[in-house]
Amino acid sequence: MTDRLPGFSTLAVHAGAQPDPTTGARATPIYQTTSFVFNDADHAASLFGLQAFGNIYTRIGNPTNAVLEERVAALEGGTAALAVASGHAAQLVVLQQLLRPGDEIIAARKLYGGSINQFTHAFKAFGWNVAWADPDDVASFEQAVTPHTKAIFIESIANPAGSITDIEAIAAVARKAGVPLIVDNTLASPYLIKPIDHGADIVVHSLTKFLGGHGNSLGGIIVDAGTFDWSKDNKYPMLSEPRPEYHGIRIQETFGNFAFAIACRVLGLRDLGPALSPFNAFMILTGIETLPLRMQKHCDNAKAVAEFLSTHPAVSAVNYAGLPGDKYNALQRKYAPKGAGAVFTFSLKGGYDAGVNLVSNLKLFSHLANVGDTRSLVIHPASTTHSQLDDAAKVKSGAAPEVVRLSIGIEDKEDLIADLDQALRA
Amino acid sequence: MNHDAYDDNYIRSILNNVKTIAMVGASPVNVRPSYFAFKYLAQRGYDMIPVNPGHVGKALMGKPFVASLADIDRPIDMIDIFRNSSHIMPVVEEALKLSPLPKVIWMQLGARDDAAAEKAEAAGLKVVMNRCPKIEYGRLSSEISWMGVNSRTLSSKRAPIPTQGMRLSLNRTSFGGGQTAASDRAAKNKTETT
Repeated sequence: MTDRLPGFSTLAVHAGAQPDPTTGARATPIYQTTSFVFNDADHAASLFGLQAFGNIYTRIGNPTNAVLEERVAALEGGTAALAVASGHAAQLVVLQQLLRPGDEIIAARKLYGGSINQFTHAFKAFGWNVAWADPDDVASFEQAVTPHTKAIFIESIANPAGSITDIEAIAAVARKAGVPLIVDNTLASPYLIKPIDHGADIVVHSLTKFLGGHGNSLGGIIVDAGTFDWSKDNKYPMLSEPRPEYHGIRIQETFGNFAFAIACRVLGLRDLGPALSPFNAFMILTGIETLPLRMQKHCDNAKAVAEFLSTHPAVSAVNYAGLPGDKYNALQRKYAPKGAGAVFTFSLKGGYDAGVNLVSNLKLFSHLANVGDTRSLVIHPASTTHSQLDDAAKVKSGAAPEVVRLSIGIEDKEDLIADLDQALRA
Repeated sequence: MNHDAYDDNYIRSILNNVKTIAMVGASPVNVRPSYFAFKYLAQRGYDMIPVNPGHVGKALMGKPFVASLADIDRPIDMIDIFRNSSHIMPVVEEALKLSPLPKVIWMQLGARDDAAAEKAEAAGLKVVMNRCPKIEYGRLSSEISWMGVNSRTLSSKRAPIPTQGMRLSLNRTSFGGGQTAASDRAAKNKTETT
C-alpha cells in the first residue's frame, strides 16, 4: 500500500499535531513552560550535544511551537521550520546564518517598509550590506551579484501594491550565483503560492498576517526547503565548519537536508533569543486550521472590491494583480491562480486630501498599520507611515499622496463595497 | 527500485523488522554523525555492532569494535554503511559473502552507489541509499517533530510515549506518610469497631 498524499486543507488541520501522549488531549496543548526536565545526566548531555531529539528550554524549542513548525513546513513543502517571535526575527535569524561582516544580500526594491528599514539601517550596523534590485527587471538581480553576495531576498506577493514576483526567474539567478533564494511568502501564504515549488531555498513568514489571520498574535517562521548544498566552497561556515559551541559538530554533515533549520535553532534562536511564546503559537495554529477557507474568501472579496473601485468615478487607478488589465495579471495566473491576495493599493483623483477624508469617513474598515486580518483594514501611507518623506520620495516608495492601501477581510463583500462607496462620496 | 524516493512503508518495514545492525565506519568520537546514529539506534533496542578496523580493542557504548563484517559472530539483519560513496562497493561485496546473508544494505545520508545497490538487490537484499536510519526512525515515530522537522506523517491516534525515560512511573514521592484519606477512614473505622 502506497501512502496517500494528503491535500492542503488536511495538512492545515492535522500536520504536526497528534493527541497528547499523556492526557489524550486532541487540541494541541499550550506547553506554557520555560524548561523541561531531563531523564538523567546522559540524557541531558545528549540533548545539549544535539545527539538526541527532545526539549531543553523554550528559547530553543517548545512542543506547542514544534507543532506550528511542522505544520508550516508541511504546508510549504519544506523539510523543517523554526518559529520565532516575529517576521523581523525570522529575517534576522536567517541572515545571521548566512552573512559575515562585509557580505552582501541582494533584495527586491519592493518590500514591506519594515523590511526595508531593517535591511537598510539595523543590518548595516552588523556590516551586512544590501544591494537593491527591481523585481520587475530580473537582469537587475544578475547585475547586482558580486563575490560577496550570500543570498537573494524577495517577496512572493510584494507590499504595498500586491505585485507578483517572477520567482522562477529570480531563482535561476540565485542558482547561477550559487546563493540561496529567500522568499518572504507572508502576503500569499502557502495556500496561494508555494515558493519552494518555484525554486526557493528558504521561505520566511510573518505569521502575524494571513497564517495567524486574526490580528491577535505576533509570530514569524523560517522554512528550510532542504534544497541548498551549504558545504560547497565553504561559503557558509556556520553550516559547514565545525561549531566550537557544539564540540566541533558540522551542522550540514550531521543534519542533512534540514541543516539550515537546525542552524537557525541552535545557533540563531539559542544565541539571539527571539523565541515565540507558546501561547502565540497556539493562537496561530488555531488560525492556520482555517487558512484555506479564509484565504479564498480574502481573495474573492478583494477581487470584488478591486472591480468595484476600478469603475468608481472618484478613483483614478487600481493596482490589483487579479484584474484582467493589470500589469501583473499574467504572473498572477501563473503563480497564484486561486487568487491575487487581499492587499492592494488604489489612487484617488482627489489626491492627498481625498485620501485623508476617505480614511476618516470609513465605518467598517479599520485605520491601522497591519495586513492579513479577518477585519478589513485601510491605511493612507502619505499621511501616516510615509509622512516624513517629501513628495518626490513618497512617489518613489509607492506612497504617492493619492495612494490608499487596503487589506481586505472576510466580511460580506457587499458591506465592504457599500462602506467604500459611502466614504468616497462623503 | 526507485532510489530517488522511498515509500514510507518500505522504510517502515525495514526498521520494524531488523534487529541486528552492523555499522561500518562507526566512530567512537562523540561529535561524529555515526556516533549519534549508533547511540540512538542502540537506545531504540537494536543490537548494534560497531565495525571499524581502526578501533579494534575499543568499545562503543559497551559494544566491542570488530575489524570487518566477517569477524561478527552472529547473523546480521542490516549493514549500515557510514562511508563515502567511493567506499561502498567493497563493503557490499564483503556482505554478499556472509552466510546467512544480511537482509538490508543501508547507505548513509550523502552516500550512494547504484552499481553496489544493483548487486545487493540481485542477491535478494533490500537497499536504502542516501538516508539516515536515525532520522528515518525519528521521522516515522514523529519524535523528530520536536525539532520542527516535517515528518511527512499524520496520525489521529494518541502519540506513543516516545522514550523509555518518559514511561509513566509509580515511584512517586507520597505525602502524609503515604496514607490515603481512604486508608485513614478504614483505620478509624477499625478502631471504632474494636
